[in-house]
Amino acid sequence: MTTNFILAPVLMHLFTAILLLFFWQKVFVQKVISIVGNSIAFILCLRLFEMTLTNGYLTLQLGGWQAPFGITFMADTLSAIMVLLTALVSLAVGIYSTSSLNISRIKFGYFFIFHFLVMGLLGAFLTGDIFNLYVWFEVVIISSFILLTVGGKKMQMEGAIKYVTMNMLASVIFLTAIGILYGITGTLNIADLAGKVAQVENKGLVTVTSLLFFVGFGIKSAVFPLYFWLPSAYHTPPSAIAAIFGGLLTKMGIYAMLRVFTVVFQPDHFTLTLFSVIAILTLITGALGTINKRSIRRILSYLIVCHIGYLIAGLGLNTELAFVAVIFYLIHDVIVKSNFFMISGIILKMRETVDITRLGSLLKDYPKFSFMVALVLFSLIGIPPLSGFWPKVLLFQETFKQENYVLLAALIVASFVTLFVVIRIWSEAFWKESPKPITEEIDHFRPFSLSGKIALIAPVIGLTAVSLFIGLNANNVFKLAEKAAYEMKHPEIYINNVLSTKE
Amino acid sequence: MELLLVILVGAFYSAGIYMMFRRSMVKLLLGLLLLGNGANILIFLIGGITKGKAPIIKPQNTEFLEVYADPVPQALILTAIVISFALTAFAIVLLKRVYTTTGSDDLDSLNIQDLDI
Repeated sequence: MTTNFILAPVLMHLFTAILLLFFWQKVFVQKVISIVGNSIAFILCLRLFEMTLTNGYLTLQLGGWQAPFGITFMADTLSAIMVLLTALVSLAVGIYSTSSLNISRIKFGYFFIFHFLVMGLLGAFLTGDIFNLYVWFEVVIISSFILLTVGGKKMQMEGAIKYVTMNMLASVIFLTAIGILYGITGTLNIADLAGKVAQVENKGLVTVTSLLFFVGFGIKSAVFPLYFWLPSAYHTPPSAIAAIFGGLLTKMGIYAMLRVFTVVFQPDHFTLTLFSVIAILTLITGALGTINKRSIRRILSYLIVCHIGYLIAGLGLNTELAFVAVIFYLIHDVIVKSNFFMISGIILKMRETVDITRLGSLLKDYPKFSFMVALVLFSLIGIPPLSGFWPKVLLFQETFKQENYVLLAALIVASFVTLFVVIRIWSEAFWKESPKPITEEIDHFRPFSLSGKIALIAPVIGLTAVSLFIGLNANNVFKLAEKAAYEMKHPEIYINNVLSTKE
Repeated sequence: MELLLVILVGAFYSAGIYMMFRRSMVKLLLGLLLLGNGANILIFLIGGITKGKAPIIKPQNTEFLEVYADPVPQALILTAIVISFALTAFAIVLLKRVYTTTGSDDLDSLNIQDLDI
């Protein structure tokens, strides 16, 4: 179905960002505009999601140029899921940041850049053109550069250097890959590329190009050899910014991989083995990285790297069931990671530190909050009824079926280390007695106004509720993931839908 | 002409990567710039270099009578140049800022926070 509606969420964020420019110094007005804009965009994304589920594929040929020549926008189930997740997380983080950020950061144009970032993410998930994908990636990274460095503390600067360098390098590699791909096929439309790539006789060149894409996306999603920029950058910005980075930015690279390696390239045996090896190394290095860390946010940064390994593992298995697991895990991971970064921000407000050796007695002082955090932690590990459990079971099953025992071992080790680290966070930060007495000066959370507290806690409650919903309603989420996986395994439906749409 | 460009692309990439391995921040930036330019020339080269006319074809023409230049690589390069211009501008400001806050342009002196676990 051809519809202009695909662009609505993207344009909504653009519009909000432009509107914010007119209220540069008025902090309160900016907060209101941002929340309203995010809410409307969320409703639009929900509508887009519903339309995709009922009508199947949505397409839009920009400017009326037919498919291989113009730029195509395209929403299938995978895109719709990603768009909905982005909208959900951006709404939650948007509300959270009205209360958690200090005024000077907002005056530097935080909300303006935030909406640009979300616009870039939405555009990247909806585009059907590989060069357009590159452009959206650039929109996202330039916004993320600014968000990462706003405030200009020394620690932030150090993290930013690595982040900026690695992301610029990734962009150059991605651009090189696009250039070579255009040279061998003469097209940029993802659907059209699929057919043309299959006809190329020099298979070696195709594999090399596909690996260039893998390296480019791999740097952005922090997979094994080039992951180090993530743990040294993600713990430096304020929690609100880290929440949106941790939840969505690395997943954009994963989304691009899922798209490129299901539609454009059909991975051969060599590529799949490479994915498995990279997945194993990512899982192990990420898991080992968490063990000796004391800051909750550093632990989380390494957990992101570790859990990216699950997604790459699913990509390496390359079966429909593995894709179901990947998509399910992606849904779970985006929500839990963003949520946990926000929680770490609240803990920072309560105790002035996120170092677990210096934290303590949170359970005693904030019992309700702690029980909610426990739910999030449980779903992060994957305790049965919660959201992390189902995709992990599927993934383990599929790995076992393919007799890839090394990968299975790595998955299990990573799960155990996650369990260990989470238990450590819980027992150190929540259970044990605080090493030093809690005085009024340390606790910055209690003096907050009621509306400020609600703005901090409500998004966390909301995302926890979504996690619970996913876990308890796994049947429907599973069906959704199954639909997306079916579409990924049958790219010809995608291709036909893009290339045959008439005005 | 093609051969010259091939050599140029190779030189740009290798010099860029070599520069990125240096410890100085300025050289790192230059390395990124060289890589970006290398990628642009690569797209230009690989899109096919022809001595063609501007690709404006009259509606009544039903077949290609002359050699036309492919406009797509040029559009790609133009977009990529604009983007890399913005990124470079940002990176220069960032490096300047890092230099003023840390007082050093040695990348190895930027690892203080990694020691603090």
